[in-house]
Amino acid sequence: MKTNIILAGVGGQGILSIATSIGMAALKNKMYLKQAETHGMSQRGGDVFSHLRISDKPIYSDLIPKGKADLIIAVEPMEALRYVPYLSETGYLVTNTKPFKNIPNYPEVEKVLNQLKKLSNVIMLDADAIAAEIKSKRSMNMVMLGASSPFLNGITYKILQEGIKDIFGKKGEDIVNKNLEALACGKAEADKIITKK
Amino acid sequence: MQKVLLGVEAIAQGAIDGGMSGVYAYPGTPSTEITEYIQNNKYAKEKNLHSAWSANEKTAMESALGMSYTGKRTMSCMKHVGLNVAADCFMNASVTGVNGGFIITVADDPSMHSSQNEQDSRFFAKFAQIPVLEPSNQQEAYDMAYSGFQLSEKFGVPVMIRITTRLAHSRSIVELKEVLPENELKLPSNPTQFILLPSIARKQYKGLLNKQKQFEQDAEVSSFNNYIEGSDKSKGIIACGISINYLMENYPDGCPHPVLKVSQYPLPRKLIQKLYDECTEILVLEEGYPIVEEHLKGYMEKENVSGRLNGALPRDGELNPDLVARALNLPTTDKAETSDLVAGRPPALCAGCSHHDVYTVLNKVIADHYTLGRVFSDIGCYTIGALPPYNAINTCVDMGASITMAKGAADAGLVPAISVIGDSTFTHSGITGLLDAVNENSPITIIISDNESTSMTGGQDSAAKGKIEEICEGVGVHPDHIKVLLPIAKNHDEMYKVLKEELDFNGVSVIIPRRVCIQKHARDIKMKRKNLK
Repeated sequence: MKTNIILAGVGGQGILSIATSIGMAALKNKMYLKQAETHGMSQRGGDVFSHLRISDKPIYSDLIPKGKADLIIAVEPMEALRYVPYLSETGYLVTNTKPFKNIPNYPEVEKVLNQLKKLSNVIMLDADAIAAEIKSKRSMNMVMLGASSPFLNGITYKILQEGIKDIFGKKGEDIVNKNLEALACGKAEADKIITKK
Repeated sequence: MQKVLLGVEAIAQGAIDGGMSGVYAYPGTPSTEITEYIQNNKYAKEKNLHSAWSANEKTAMESALGMSYTGKRTMSCMKHVGLNVAADCFMNASVTGVNGGFIITVADDPSMHSSQNEQDSRFFAKFAQIPVLEPSNQQEAYDMAYSGFQLSEKFGVPVMIRITTRLAHSRSIVELKEVLPENELKLPSNPTQFILLPSIARKQYKGLLNKQKQFEQDAEVSSFNNYIEGSDKSKGIIACGISINYLMENYPDGCPHPVLKVSQYPLPRKLIQKLYDECTEILVLEEGYPIVEEHLKGYMEKENVSGRLNGALPRDGELNPDLVARALNLPTTDKAETSDLVAGRPPALCAGCSHHDVYTVLNKVIADHYTLGRVFSDIGCYTIGALPPYNAINTCVDMGASITMAKGAADAGLVPAISVIGDSTFTHSGITGLLDAVNENSPITIIISDNESTSMTGGQDSAAKGKIEEICEGVGVHPDHIKVLLPIAKNHDEMYKVLKEELDFNGVSVIIPRRVCIQKHARDIKMKRKNLK
């Protein structure tokens, strides 16, 4: 079983932490992984992405072909829209609705959200607001990871939690707990949306 | 033992485990993390392996050659355009040859994600006539760095490891080998080996030419080059470096055509001949320039060879699974177009960046007093000044070119001509240009926008830190025309005044707006807190 995940956002929003957390969980499952990242110039406020592939068999390409992503996790709505051509017909798109406007020609947010709503499998949530509610604005990315957790084939929520403990363990218990709380809030929000549907 | 490593990190780990005594480099995407990994590696620290940054790629490669001279194993790393800077040493190091194993790792950037061109370093290796290793995945990247020193020592020449951005910045699981000890200090057995006087150089060069056949024979039997049989011989495929992955992505159950995987050059002639004889036509997949394709096609343009030259694949840019699928006439799921709503999101200066203050004031002075088109800039975060809202610079060509191009333009009568260069770029390649300007008293104003860091590549230490005024004075700039400013909002009026005065001065002026990079500042504070704990 292979899962192709695209992570999208703006440089500095923390998509690599999401990728690292999923990657750690995949390793705990003794799966193969490849994770292509954006380094360099774009990290200065440009659009950044990561192609993360996990599988029980060896993986060839570091890049995911267009139309073959099982999951897109976007921490910014216009960046979600940018990667829609990568989504497979059965794939899920999980996106933050809070725009990051650092360009003068940012499109009307409503229009962006409306286009995203038209997709068949989409989960939309204001992850920044949820992170603010638990007084941990910087955990927005973990909220997004939690909201994506129901769609990570082969990776259970428990293994994801263990991965986060491993990654953030060095930074102390408080940070681990904040991240786990954000993860749980994101998951709860996604579960709510799925039930409604 | 297993580790999850970026391609660049795999090379670093492979070099450490392969018995390297030191790495020499100047930061440049996508090569930077090789040296950073070694700087932060526990074993490398314990063993005191050299890993401090060099002033530029040329000084780096020469230092590495010096380490090789003593019999120790060494690596020099750079991005593709960095090899241009080091080219003088590079071309001659193949003639001197090596004593201790010497790997030159060059990271190319097809599609120019963070670069000004997409030159293919395999061309350079052919120019220098040395072997190239081109890993197809993270494990091979590790293995090649690990065993590359032995290859270099076996043939007595430097060996190039060539990677591209995609492998450089992609992670996967790598199986590590046992750590080899460093070489003992042992001077070259031939005392004139490194003296390229014409009489000696001619001999050395003949030696290099005589080795070419051995390089090819080694590539024939190299475990990095594989001939994979296939029953459908209507087509044979040569897949270089990471392109084998894009091929196999399209044939998850195995490729029906014979495939020659190439990861060690010079090209394995017999294997290529076998593929050519067996198959009706040949498709060449290579990341970068169509070097292998051009070889095979030849001047007579053999029609049964296809690739980037005949349009089967795009002539430029990096490959991906979809492009390779189309070259093989396979179906793709590359159907949907990106929504028109999506706008480009170019990189931008960080909020609070000192370059912002510099460009704000510079734009105002120019708008008030001069015509446009006179700002020569350079390579670094401040190149973002080319984009809106600043539109502040008119050139960006190569490291250090801001000063020398401003000089040339001033020589031609464009006065005043302004150079904008960063601190690290200044010590990389700006000092000699400044000397030219001083020697002719050229009417140029040089703004060294000093953020005390090599920021674009992630805030590495700058060789210029704490030395810029002394360097400028030492090169001969009059102390009255070396002005240091603090680029913050409330100082804009003062900055304006100083800039105007120096632009009016008929000679060389250096203005140094100095404020530490805010990203580096944040990292330094974090580091301090961590160390206090």
